[in-house]
Amino acid sequence: MVERRPWLDIFTHALLLLSAVALLVPVWLAFVAATKDVVGVNSVPIHWLPGPRLTENVAEAWRRGGFASRFTTSLIVAVGVTLGKIVLAMLAAFAIVFFSWRARVLVFWAIFITLMLPLEVRIVPTYAVAANALAPFQAILDAAGLTGLIEAVSGIHVALQWRLLNSYPGLILPLIATATGTFLYRQFFLTIPEELVEAAKMDGAGALRFLWDVLVPLSRTTMAALATIMFVYAWNQYLWPLLVTTEPERSTVMVELSRMVPRGDGLPEWNIVMAGALLAMLPPLAVVVLMQRWFVRGLVQTEK
Amino acid sequence: MAAIELTGVSKTYGTNMAVREVDLALPEGAFVVILGPSGCGKSTLLRMVAGLEAINAGELRIGGARMNEREPKDRGCAMVFQNYALYPHMSVAENIGYPLKVAGLSRAERKARVAEVAGALELAPLLDRRPGQLSGGQRQRVAIGRAMVRHPKVFLFDEPLSNLDAKLRVQMRLELRRLHERLGATSVLVTHDQQEAMTLADHLVVMNAGRIEQQGTPREVYARPASLFVAGFLGAPAMNLLPAEVLASGDTVRLIDGTLLRLPEPVERRGAVMLGIRPEHVAAGGLAAKVEMVEDLGASALVHARLAGLAPLAFHSPAEAPPLRGAEVGLDLPPSRLHLFDPAGGARLPLGVGQIRQRARAEGGLSVTSASL
Repeated sequence: MVERRPWLDIFTHALLLLSAVALLVPVWLAFVAATKDVVGVNSVPIHWLPGPRLTENVAEAWRRGGFASRFTTSLIVAVGVTLGKIVLAMLAAFAIVFFSWRARVLVFWAIFITLMLPLEVRIVPTYAVAANALAPFQAILDAAGLTGLIEAVSGIHVALQWRLLNSYPGLILPLIATATGTFLYRQFFLTIPEELVEAAKMDGAGALRFLWDVLVPLSRTTMAALATIMFVYAWNQYLWPLLVTTEPERSTVMVELSRMVPRGDGLPEWNIVMAGALLAMLPPLAVVVLMQRWFVRGLVQTEK
Repeated sequence: MAAIELTGVSKTYGTNMAVREVDLALPEGAFVVILGPSGCGKSTLLRMVAGLEAINAGELRIGGARMNEREPKDRGCAMVFQNYALYPHMSVAENIGYPLKVAGLSRAERKARVAEVAGALELAPLLDRRPGQLSGGQRQRVAIGRAMVRHPKVFLFDEPLSNLDAKLRVQMRLELRRLHERLGATSVLVTHDQQEAMTLADHLVVMNAGRIEQQGTPREVYARPASLFVAGFLGAPAMNLLPAEVLASGDTVRLIDGTLLRLPEPVERRGAVMLGIRPEHVAAGGLAAKVEMVEDLGASALVHARLAGLAPLAFHSPAEAPPLRGAEVGLDLPPSRLHLFDPAGGARLPLGVGQIRQRARAEGGLSVTSASL
């Protein structure tokens, strides 16, 4: 849209500026708080200029939160979710776009509907599954009377058990199942001209060969966009890691950060908490900055 | 032996029949052009041969073997698409070599074959470029190279020249023909461009509404159109078609204004017919007509006139001295140049068969005689 209206220009710029300020003020306040000592951070009115204690606070937060190992956990989870999501989304979209099979529309809508069921809504059943991923199969065996049959014949009581709690699969798998990536990929695949698919067929490339040789290289920007979104999404997860990890060695940065928040009559060391928050912000920030160019290209899709 | 044989081949989409029971035998090593208006089923037919569309009924044989159930890659066909369909992320060399890579050839072998094809198509200096950096004509050559590299028995071209500008199209047309002569494989090209069809084809197939209207050499089809559709479709400007009536004697037709024309031989048919004559065959004579419009085609002028009975008639005149608009001219419709068609079914009515055959043979190539005034 190209419009030349000075008032509209001023208005849009004002709006942009206002949003930027609204987003940046809390970050600035966190930064200022992270540079104060306990007295400074709790004094009223609020301080707007940084103090001298940034490095001490950061070091203290790093030590207290055990961030060295928490960062490793969070990185494994975030990278795992990102990779899993890309593979799953690409394969699902591939099946939906390039193959005509009977249940195609049904599956597409089933995936679409999961958009309306984020993890927070289905967290209780998801937890039940994570507690024993094989429970549904056990239920089927029980209902079919097979458990009793096997016990009568062999004397072995079948009790299927696969606990995902406090494990990386438990942290990663439930976060992979979202529809956004599938949609992003579907939109991209729909822009691939039909003739390209047919040319590959004539050249003798099978479906997987076509996926690997043509679609994967062509979708690099889409992949970058999805990777950025998913990394930030997974890194910032709080509720699910809190539920599924009961052992401190398995908790993520976000969970650990919330544990640092002073409660009850503890010492209100907000300076340390804010220093920790600054640390926790760094990896997603780095990913966004590094991927920015690709990310925008993947979303606007000017290149084909 | 026929390279490609179709027997009763049909294709239906729901209730819509795109291709209706086509029987076609394409001679080995020939350049076959399938011509027809858009939506006539010609591309569908080609895609069925390629294996990109399933065949609903009938049988397809290539080189004598039934192909209906075979995968596209096992049919020995290579295809060149209208939009080239090059892989945008691969270099020219990778594009051409891709079928070989899929087939599992070693890197060295691939390189040799790609170099050979690139040499033949003058693509050698472009091998490291991406398709996005090439012009339309160069992309088309890469697409042809990708088809050639597999040494297929059959080349299929789906409107390969329609995305090129006029000058390049003529140039690529010659190049296609030259390539065909050198490779000796059977080529099947689908187009809606009749000039392309006339110049390229050894064997011309005209399709309409999913059926084959006529096939033969371009000269045969042009000289003796088998139906009203072919008469109207092939030839630019199109053949003049005038409603007329065969009188009881059988050797005279009456135009709607009452003019009587003598036929070279008596016909069996009586009553209403469609009389056809090509613009280049209209001569000067005693038939009164009024000039309505003159189009300067450069080499000649195309004059649109109206006969006394208001029937429109187009004819060629020398470009230097065309008649003026509104002028009265005298025309003649030579009997030996007339075509008669059944106005209801569109079928050609036999007329002076022996005579016209002789003339066609005597004329030999594509010599167009323009009527002078």
